[in-house]
Amino acid sequence: METPLLLFYLFAALAVGSALGMVLNLRNTVAGAMNLVLTMVSLGGIYLLLEAYLVAALQIMVYGGAIVVLFLFVVMLLNLRQDDFAPARAWLVRVGSALLAVAALVGLLSATRGLPEAPPVPAGFGGYAQVGEVLYTDYVLLVEVVSLLLLAAIVGALILAKRKID
Amino acid sequence: MIPLDHVIGLSAVLFSIGLIGVATRRNVIVMLMSIELMLNAVNLAFVGFNRMWPGSDSAPALSGQMFVLMVITVAAAEVAVGLGIVISMFRNRDSVDVDEVSLLKW
Amino acid sequence: MVNEAGLPAVYLRWIPLLPLCAALIHGITLGLLRRPISKPLTNAISCGSVIAAFLISCFAMADLIGEPAGQRRLVDDLYTWIGSGVGGQIFSAEMALVVDPLSAVMILIVTGVGSLIHVYSIGYMEADHRDDKGYQRFFACLNLFTFSMLCLVLGENLVLMFLGWEGVGLCSYLLIGFWYSDRWNAYCGSKAFIVNRIGDFGFLLGIFLIFSALVQVGSPTLSFAGIERSFHQIAGLSLALPLVGEARLVNVAGICFFLGAAGKSAQLPLYVWLPDAMAGPTPVSALIHAATMVTAGVYMVCRLSFLYAEAEVASALIAWIGGLTALFAATIGLVQTDIKKVLAYSTVSQLGYMFLAAGCGAYGAAIFHLGTHAFFKALLFLGSGSVILAMHHEQDIEKMGGLFSRIPVTAWTFLVGVLAIAGTPGLSGFFSKDEILASSFASQVPGHAYLYAIGLATAGLTSFYMFRLFFRTFTGECRASAELQKQIHEPGRSVLVPLLVLAFFSVTAGYMGLPQVWGDLLGIPESNSLGNFLGPVLAQGELHHLEHATEYLLAVAAIAVALLGFGLAYLLYFARPGLADRFADALPAAHRTLSNKYWVDELYDLLIVRPTVFLSDRVCYRILDAGLIDAVAVNGTAHTVRALAAHGLRHLHGGLTQSYVFFMIAGAVAIVGYLLR
Repeated sequence: METPLLLFYLFAALAVGSALGMVLNLRNTVAGAMNLVLTMVSLGGIYLLLEAYLVAALQIMVYGGAIVVLFLFVVMLLNLRQDDFAPARAWLVRVGSALLAVAALVGLLSATRGLPEAPPVPAGFGGYAQVGEVLYTDYVLLVEVVSLLLLAAIVGALILAKRKID
Repeated sequence: MIPLDHVIGLSAVLFSIGLIGVATRRNVIVMLMSIELMLNAVNLAFVGFNRMWPGSDSAPALSGQMFVLMVITVAAAEVAVGLGIVISMFRNRDSVDVDEVSLLKW
Repeated sequence: MVNEAGLPAVYLRWIPLLPLCAALIHGITLGLLRRPISKPLTNAISCGSVIAAFLISCFAMADLIGEPAGQRRLVDDLYTWIGSGVGGQIFSAEMALVVDPLSAVMILIVTGVGSLIHVYSIGYMEADHRDDKGYQRFFACLNLFTFSMLCLVLGENLVLMFLGWEGVGLCSYLLIGFWYSDRWNAYCGSKAFIVNRIGDFGFLLGIFLIFSALVQVGSPTLSFAGIERSFHQIAGLSLALPLVGEARLVNVAGICFFLGAAGKSAQLPLYVWLPDAMAGPTPVSALIHAATMVTAGVYMVCRLSFLYAEAEVASALIAWIGGLTALFAATIGLVQTDIKKVLAYSTVSQLGYMFLAAGCGAYGAAIFHLGTHAFFKALLFLGSGSVILAMHHEQDIEKMGGLFSRIPVTAWTFLVGVLAIAGTPGLSGFFSKDEILASSFASQVPGHAYLYAIGLATAGLTSFYMFRLFFRTFTGECRASAELQKQIHEPGRSVLVPLLVLAFFSVTAGYMGLPQVWGDLLGIPESNSLGNFLGPVLAQGELHHLEHATEYLLAVAAIAVALLGFGLAYLLYFARPGLADRFADALPAAHRTLSNKYWVDELYDLLIVRPTVFLSDRVCYRILDAGLIDAVAVNGTAHTVRALAAHGLRHLHGGLTQSYVFFMIAGAVAIVGYLLR
């Protein structure tokens, strides 16, 4: 087996394992967040294997470095303890959700069968230069709109988390 | 080298796991994390598809990765606002149990 | 568009319109503005409008007479009422009025007798203080009635006639139940209207039959002239009926039309409303139930004489029903004690005579009797009204008596009326009744000999009970209480003058239609002016020709029978008063049957009224309407939806975020799965 494929299986197993660990974890939220970080990093690795270099870097930086950290900040702030957890849901709900997930899985899997080999990539594909160039020429409107979105998010988060104005 | 169905398969599995997390867990923060997981699964699918159709030397096609960038950005914004909501919720009810916020009913 | 050539006469529209305007004025001031106008003004408007209509009718008659015999037809075409295309052809019903000899005679009777009765009502309603507020309403209804009756008579087509037909039915209801605070009066009004409606059903069927037949042959019209013109095309058509097999269209249509006439003119089996209609004020009884509305049926049959001349079965049926009704009603009238009820049954009986004549084919004789009857019956009713006023609303003849000296004018005019109806030679009733009897003798209706016998017997009975009425009311000892006797006095001028006028016409009207037999006797050529006048518009029935000698014999028989009736009444009620009661005691069963009017009302109640009420209330209302539609369909739907929502769908919205998530995702999976299949 080739190295990229082997690495892919490794990262995939890691990702699935830590994802399961996050979802099924009942111990504490911090453990869940840690598992999420592991998932993010594994996915970053897979992006590298798929020749998406800038995206991989951004994945690790933003997701693993910012978003999960934000989760941890909030968990620490709220000082959640283990006994704060309510009992899990009725078994019916769990079974039902599992079935639903399996249905989604099967549906998605059955849709992508028998695809040909991947073609070779152009030079510089996925690198910051090419992505940057495309981003700021063809997709510049998208950049502007997203920046507005971020502004709205900042303002929203500020207002939501603020204490009452005296 | 890496077959696309494997990538899509992984994406589907991660998506389903996230689905179970959103539908089952009572902790709001874990729900949000599961949502992040779902978004990641989608990102993986995009990158996979982009690898499958990368365009040519003179005209590279990078729409998938553009999409992923946007999703990452949106996810970040969403987490920020979502956690703000979690904080307000905690302030009001002193709990992060999602069953506590069930006033929107008959 | 006028179907038949006729001279345009624009003034004709005012004949019905003037009473309508009066009615509208009353309606607006009383109903809309709620400011009643004074009695003298009411009198002036109402009576003035009818008298003006009478004058215009006289003018129209004069106009008509001025024309040569074959061209007597005045037309006033107002506008096209209904215009449509039927199967590619054009059908139109005009709002048009036609004056030809038949309708000219009718409008003179209606407006003439109507004016007299309007004048009489001034005095009568004034003296009757049962309902002071109703004075204007009374005259409004009377005017509306006059309008409807004139529409009926002047109508150029069946549709306008039907409009008037229904209008007089409505006004009859309004006027019978005039003092509606007494429930019995309201009930009588409803009874009249409902029985009329049953007849109207037949009328409508007749119209539909004729119309569909005409459409089939390609000339859709409902005007009388048009139907008459195209009649030969449909005269031979046949219908297949369920029980009786093949039947000629003209017979079926004729019977259907006669059903309407039977309802309106109170013949068997639809006469039951007329005696109860006496609950209304006496002028109403006189105008509507003696002179005008009840004659609408006779008018209709004569107007359609061209149809009945071809329909032997229908004509025979009319003749027999007329004859039997005449006899039947006369027998009931023998024992009635209410003065108005006796006159009511007498009216039914005389109407039977008119239909007898029409059925035998002597349409002119029917109209002649219609005219003379209008005079003397109106006279009798108005006279009875005068008696009732004098006796302070006592209507039982057993409590009267000895009034001849106290109210002489009323008594003398009443006597004239009684003599006329009994068929005293020289008075109008004699000539018209005689002509009817002669026509029944000469007709070709199967069993006409028996019909003649029935007519003769009825004449005898009529004479008997009318003289019985006279003797009991006016002669002998006064059987009223002492204080009442002191208050008996003659009513005022407005009551008496119409009586005198009508008495005059009861005597002289006969000479306008003097049958030729008598004219020859008196040396007057062409003596039957009325008959000759009406000749061109009425069909000629198939009658045997009678020799003059035969006719004199028939007249003698009629006089004999009338004298017999008079003699018997004189004996029983004048000379030996106690004898009548001994007769009644000797035949108790017969007396009871007649007093109870053969229990016809009770029979109808049992067979028809109760099942209908049962059906409507128990079945249609309770089961179908309240039970099925209300409970199941309307309330049931509401309950089902509510139950579904309250016990079912409500639980989908638990308020739990995750259940919402679950359903969302389930939906998404389903849709995507469908799209990816």
